[in-house]
Amino acid sequence: MRRFNWPLWAGFLLTLVAAFSYFAFFVNFPVTRDFPWANLLLFLLAAVLIVMGIRRAFARDRAHPTRSKVVASIVTTLSVLVCAFFIFAIFIAGRFLPPSTSAPHVGQKVPEFTLSDANGRQVSLNQLTSEPVDGKAPKGVLLVFYRGWW
Amino acid sequence: MAISVDSPEVTRDLMRKAGYTFTFLSDPNAEVIRRYDLVHAGAGENGRDIARPAEFLVDRTGTVRWINLTENYWVRARPEDVLDKAKLLP
Repeated sequence: MRRFNWPLWAGFLLTLVAAFSYFAFFVNFPVTRDFPWANLLLFLLAAVLIVMGIRRAFARDRAHPTRSKVVASIVTTLSVLVCAFFIFAIFIAGRFLPPSTSAPHVGQKVPEFTLSDANGRQVSLNQLTSEPVDGKAPKGVLLVFYRGWW
Repeated sequence: MAISVDSPEVTRDLMRKAGYTFTFLSDPNAEVIRRYDLVHAGAGENGRDIARPAEFLVDRTGTVRWINLTENYWVRARPEDVLDKAKLLP
């Protein structure tokens, strides 16, 4: 008589880890962020555990056959939903970006601007391309448009 | 240097936490972001307009030498690639 279906629950837990570890941890490293291979591997491992769990739940030696099957079905469905959410967020929602066809092209001059820096000081683009850095004239400037604290 | 819609206060907080030392400018009404056609409408907190991620390498005359407009916001330019491009500036 087997009672606790550990592969099923371990698989479910690993599914949650696979999804949320991307946003909490792997997103910080370009090598695991640009393509989430680490998370997809975790999902694969979770799927193996869940399949083992389903086989156990549907085996003939369960103490509560109906309950085992219902629990396994619910846990599996939830796991598939979590995995689908992850795939959607990374591969589909990440591409919901405007076309930006009028953004400056290579060879064009960029529009001049003046904005406040983090200390409230007014800084212009012209200043950044002309004011010496460490006593030397700058060769250029990298403009990074950032989504912000999100 | 970087630009976002965050206020100087929020930016200061972010710079301290992330250890950034480069110039970080605030464009709270997304005016410059709009002029560069980089608005991601309603994508911020409470439907606020924010910038799509974008990187421009500009030479000292203000001319664009390299651009990265990513197709997926989880994918960004790698620092080493940008440095390689920066080394080619005259």
